[in-house]
Amino acid sequence: MTRQKRSHHKLKRAVAPYLYLSPSLLIIGLLMLLPMVTVIAYSFQNSAVLRRDPSFAGLKHYQAIFDDPVFWASLWHTLYFTCMSVIFHMTIGMVFALMLNSDRINPALRNILRVLYILPWLFTAVIIAVIWRLLLEPNGVVNSILMQIGIIGSKVEWFSSPETALHAVTFANIWAGYPLFMVSLLAGLQGIPKDFYEAADIDGAKAYQKLIFITIPQLMPIIISISLLDFIWTMQVFPLIWITTGGGPIYSTEVLSTYTYKLAFSSYNLSQASASAVVILLISLGLTLFYIRYQKAR
Amino acid sequence: MTFRIKPAMLKIAAAAWLLGATGAMADTTLEFTQWWEPELPAGSLRSIMDEFEAANPGIKVTLVSGPYATTRDQISVGAATGTLSDVVGLDGAWVNNLNAQGALADMNPMMDASGFDKSQVADIIKVDGKAVMFPVASFVYPVFVNLDLAAKAGVTKLPSTRAEFLEAAKKMTHADQNQYGWVLPLSLQTPSGVQNDMMSWVWASGQSMMASGKPDLEGKPVVDMLTFVKSLNDAGTISPGIATKTEQEKVEEFVNNRVGMMIDSLAHVNLIRERNPKLNFDLIPVPVVENYTGKRGLPYASWGIGISAASKHQEEAWKLVQYLMSEKVNAKLVSLANAFPGNVNAKPDFVTSDKAFGKAFEIFKTGHLANEFTGLPVAEDLMTQFDVQAQKMLAGEQSPEQAAAAAQKGWMAKF
Repeated sequence: MTRQKRSHHKLKRAVAPYLYLSPSLLIIGLLMLLPMVTVIAYSFQNSAVLRRDPSFAGLKHYQAIFDDPVFWASLWHTLYFTCMSVIFHMTIGMVFALMLNSDRINPALRNILRVLYILPWLFTAVIIAVIWRLLLEPNGVVNSILMQIGIIGSKVEWFSSPETALHAVTFANIWAGYPLFMVSLLAGLQGIPKDFYEAADIDGAKAYQKLIFITIPQLMPIIISISLLDFIWTMQVFPLIWITTGGGPIYSTEVLSTYTYKLAFSSYNLSQASASAVVILLISLGLTLFYIRYQKAR
Repeated sequence: MTFRIKPAMLKIAAAAWLLGATGAMADTTLEFTQWWEPELPAGSLRSIMDEFEAANPGIKVTLVSGPYATTRDQISVGAATGTLSDVVGLDGAWVNNLNAQGALADMNPMMDASGFDKSQVADIIKVDGKAVMFPVASFVYPVFVNLDLAAKAGVTKLPSTRAEFLEAAKKMTHADQNQYGWVLPLSLQTPSGVQNDMMSWVWASGQSMMASGKPDLEGKPVVDMLTFVKSLNDAGTISPGIATKTEQEKVEEFVNNRVGMMIDSLAHVNLIRERNPKLNFDLIPVPVVENYTGKRGLPYASWGIGISAASKHQEEAWKLVQYLMSEKVNAKLVSLANAFPGNVNAKPDFVTSDKAFGKAFEIFKTGHLANEFTGLPVAEDLMTQFDVQAQKMLAGEQSPEQAAAAAQKGWMAKF
């Protein structure tokens, strides 16, 4: 083989993987990178999209959203909504997974519970929002039951009162999202070798000790991975909040997604909306990098 | 033989080219973007377009139809990119933005050139002196009264003034039975409750939320309206859940005998009848301030129409607009839509065949259409801002004066 032929062959070998990857790279570039770069570009323009000749705005739109108290309130609400959702998704998911994995529960009952517990996962965000709006409306079932058993004295406007609205939407989101944890943890539980528990039984370990020293450490990789993913997804929740409260009453359930939506489609300020979207992107990116680093470390 | 045919063929080809080049043979295809087609009986708008095409040989119309929100986004993007359809369905709330983008043609020169009779149209929406929109069909918002609840509560005379309305609402309210006098939807998801259920009180009494083209929310009319709404709330007459209630839920509560009165679109009459055929209701104009005797402003939403400034076929587009605004065609269209006409001479058939619509038509004829959000910049954003301040007031966080002042400050930033 001549030298020229060899170098040609080498080049072909080097290029081949990229040729195989090129269709997916092209799709990712067109569907993900291009819109992302476009939105970033919009955030530095005046009258983005609305004018054919937008001028350069520098950091003006970032300054405007950082000066807006509603943005900071939205950020705080987003963090509250996300943290509470992830914590409770994990807790409820763990309890239900342990229940479904327990030999002490009748297998037939376990199968029924498995179906019941997974139900929230089968509904779309719109259906979940409608269900909870009906349940939590002032004349709804929840108020009726709570009044009958004497927990509340008068009707509570769960979604319409600034004091309760954020808790109410968070509750609805917790209900909607725990099955992801439950299913993942159940799979993890079924993968823990029985020997560990048998050894612990011989050592006289109690149930809570087995949970703390065997189950949770064994599930830790799943818990961390799913928590990080849930954090990223929950931060971007839009339809549930939009349909239940629209970000209100006043600004009590305004989160970054509804804040951005209103800037874009109510104020038609697409430049500021882009700046807000870039902030969400940066936060999500930070979390994603953290997730990737964790995955690599494993 | 060959020698003789060739010149003949050349002549035919030249004639065909000439006809094509002058447009004598070419069809002009107009694109008409709107959200009306899905809201009308299937095929009815297409049939009107077919009739237009038959009456105007050489012009074809392609309908680009979608739901309201999609159409709004499509039109915004089309205006920005210069790809707006030749003829566009418009909501009054959009026209200011579209005009600022230079997307809408001024129809004044077209009206003048064609000798169009301006007196035949109910309204011409102007921005900066440019005629940019005609309301083709109007959906007015009277007060719906549940007559059975009213009778049970001892309300014998339906309210005509705000004071009478408050009294009637109080009488109809029985919170222990989940029954309230009035319903106010102020969801931030769709803040149109500000326009339909709050500002309508101002316009009904011939008042205005504007002064010299600028917001005047701190003026007496708006502050009085806020004070009145607050008094209804303080009296416990408004159905709970105001801050997240949508228009659809408002109608549901009325249908289910849970509220005695609501301000709502006439377009919902059939829906209400379908949902509760036994519901006994009547329509009245929005009550006015004491001693007001002038013409009542009637809040409305409309299907508007305009022409793209970038259209290469403005002459043909104007023909289509004229056609839809003409007496007979307009009457046909609004009859299908259960709306009131954009042509003052048009009489929809349902006003004679249906008592409720007939009554509403009387209200329509004796009053005047009023919607000051039409043509305002970022109208939806203005409603959202007002909505937030009204919610704060109803939550007891501020007085009507403070709510008006805060909303005024927010609005002024947009003007």
